Amino acid sequence: MDFQYDSEQNDLREAVRGLLQRAYGDPEVRRRTVAADPGFDEKTWARLAEMGVLGLPFAEEDGGMGAGPIEVGIVAEEMGRVIAPEPFVESVVLAGGLVAAVGTAAQRQAVLGPLSEGATVLAFAHAEPGTRWSTTARGVTATEDGGTWRLTGVKEPVLHGARADVLVVSAAVDGGTALYLVRGDAEGLTRTGYPTHDGTRAANVTLAGTPAELLGELSGEGGGTAVADRSADVERAQALARIAYGNEAVGAMDTALTTTAEYLRTRKQFGVTLNRFQALTFRAADMYVSLELARSTALWASMVADAGGDVVAAADRARLQTSRAGRHIGKEAIQLHGGIGVTAEYSVGHYTSRLTAIDHVLGDGDWAADRLAARVDGYPTVDPLGAPYTRAD
Amino acid sequence: MRLQLSPEMEAFRDEMRTFFTTQVPAEIRDTLAARRHLSREQYVQAQRILNAAGLAVPHWPVEWGGRDWTPLQRHVWREEMQLANVPEPLAFNTSMIGPVIAAFGNQEQKERFLARTANLDIWWCQGFSEPDAGSDLASLRTTAVRDGDDWVVNGQKTWTTLGQHADWIFCLVRTDPTAEKKQRGISMLVFPMDSPGVTLRPIQLIDGGHEVNEVFFEDVRVPAENLVGEENRGWDYAKFLLGNERVGIARVGATKKLISQAKQHAREITVDGTPLSQDPRLTARIAELENELVALELTALRVVANSADGKPHPASSVLKLRGSELQQAATELIVDIAGPLSLASFADGGSEVPDWARVATPEYLNYRKVSIYGGSNEVQRTIIAGTILGL
Repeated sequence: MDFQYDSEQNDLREAVRGLLQRAYGDPEVRRRTVAADPGFDEKTWARLAEMGVLGLPFAEEDGGMGAGPIEVGIVAEEMGRVIAPEPFVESVVLAGGLVAAVGTAAQRQAVLGPLSEGATVLAFAHAEPGTRWSTTARGVTATEDGGTWRLTGVKEPVLHGARADVLVVSAAVDGGTALYLVRGDAEGLTRTGYPTHDGTRAANVTLAGTPAELLGELSGEGGGTAVADRSADVERAQALARIAYGNEAVGAMDTALTTTAEYLRTRKQFGVTLNRFQALTFRAADMYVSLELARSTALWASMVADAGGDVVAAADRARLQTSRAGRHIGKEAIQLHGGIGVTAEYSVGHYTSRLTAIDHVLGDGDWAADRLAARVDGYPTVDPLGAPYTRAD
Repeated sequence: MRLQLSPEMEAFRDEMRTFFTTQVPAEIRDTLAARRHLSREQYVQAQRILNAAGLAVPHWPVEWGGRDWTPLQRHVWREEMQLANVPEPLAFNTSMIGPVIAAFGNQEQKERFLARTANLDIWWCQGFSEPDAGSDLASLRTTAVRDGDDWVVNGQKTWTTLGQHADWIFCLVRTDPTAEKKQRGISMLVFPMDSPGVTLRPIQLIDGGHEVNEVFFEDVRVPAENLVGEENRGWDYAKFLLGNERVGIARVGATKKLISQAKQHAREITVDGTPLSQDPRLTARIAELENELVALELTALRVVANSADGKPHPASSVLKLRGSELQQAATELIVDIAGPLSLASFADGGSEVPDWARVATPEYLNYRKVSIYGGSNEVQRTIIAGTILGL
């Protein structure tokens, strides 16, 4: 057991932090950036690509860097620290992760290479109106017609769905869920983008017989004629994204707390600085407790992924802990600031908004708690260093 | 970064687990598992078994029985002990006065006390808190006045845990009432509990038990050689000692054990024919508690992994705060699972209520103490706000 980052990992953190500090060290720059489409800075996206960040988790033969979940967590945490609006988790970890897990060698190279180079943005079009946090698709269906797959139905909200050059779309087929690649300029594809409360972008993606490329090989006997159900792949990719979001949330919570502590040290009322009021400092201390417990869990979940353990179970634990902590810290950060915390011109409220968004993308704390609750009667105690979180080898 | 224990640490953990589950008598471990009080003899027997195997004071200097273990080894040792329901070596001896004497005592004191302290040949108790000196310990008023070769001690201590079993007391006393800073006028004395002028009075607690005491001193004569370290430096030793007290205070293993017992008990209670263990509200509550405990354990591991250079990790203050809250939450959970059965607290013969349900509420009430002792949780928040957040 070793909870220390190695020197390469520390170097990566420093490099990413430096880049993002230059980009968003001034919160006003982020505010300006998210005010205009596509809701992030294409130049920063390109710089992240130059640094190798956008290809971090992909195999070198697919155009990536061949790094692992620890490195992904480091980048995500640094993104969260300045709430950088670039779609690292959405595009690289989740959509790219699905292509890496399911795609054929040709598809991986065709999609992940340009993604790693910063030439394209990917989005995972999976959520459907009226449903939540599923591994399956129902409202979008796929049919094959003369060797061409066509998708029909509505996906919403699709994060960065309007800007994306390539969409990874889930669709119901043969009683299962398959994944498809859809080009942004495909016929029969209508995308209506809009800003989200946290400054990023989402879209309604309507497919009307839209041509699509099946992601991955056909399965079955004799060369393959059946479409494989990919819901387990979706579950796993979403789990890895939950872990990355957990790390992003830790970065955001860290800044929210630091900003709050600084405010308490400097803001004066009743003739004294606010840190003279125990009613406030104790609440800040409780925020620190929430942050450190969440940090431990997010880091651990990344380590479970790195160790080849059960990422789905670990992600549920990270989700629950970071959800509870994110709500606690986000709400308290605003309350301890007072009215200024609710204003758009001050930074801290945007952190709360981002934490709230993260909380609802792939399942909130109650959702994760229910999943964990369904299993608690099946084992006596949890050993975070043992099965199923580490492989028994 | 590496999640798995190394093969050496795996072997170490197995060694600890095997020792604790095979070498400590089942009767003692069953008593602890049933959450019943141990007798003095059981404490002594268990500690001597550990000490004979070099497992009572591994954190002491090597020449006095220490093992020069890594922080991780110590963590695993403590966790495995708790998971095996082995009573931990008496904290007053092994975490408090022993390390103080080893660090600040003179050679004669070391030779006189350390081996007997490790083996629980001397049972120590703590004379720190006073009726008017709780969290504000430095305002203590018990005095020691030099008279020839003796100190003469007068005053009162309270919350003296298991003082009724104790042979000796280590005591903070005011030796310089004129010191400008009240912390600078305090010394540490040690003396036998059967010294003339020492009176012990039990304090009944709301759980019906006798765990803590008041101790009164009336002209107790303590030989000058029983001063530990330097005169008027007692506050430094107390801080050193309380720092040791916080080590391992997360008690993750013990809380794990409580939760696993709670799950078992929930299977034994049925609600209209359905086991309580299937109640979604209960399972969600257990899931939340377990997740908090995982987070705490991982934080403890981060702390031990990063404190190898001797400096405590800043997150260590979280351990006492959250560790006590989770211990309390686990005892509360068991009371709630017992439901109406929990009312049979003091049933003896002739009751069909299982033993675990009878002890549930007394233990829950007793465990209110854990967020108070060792620096109350409010003191911990003050430390976090002040030293970590700079508030």
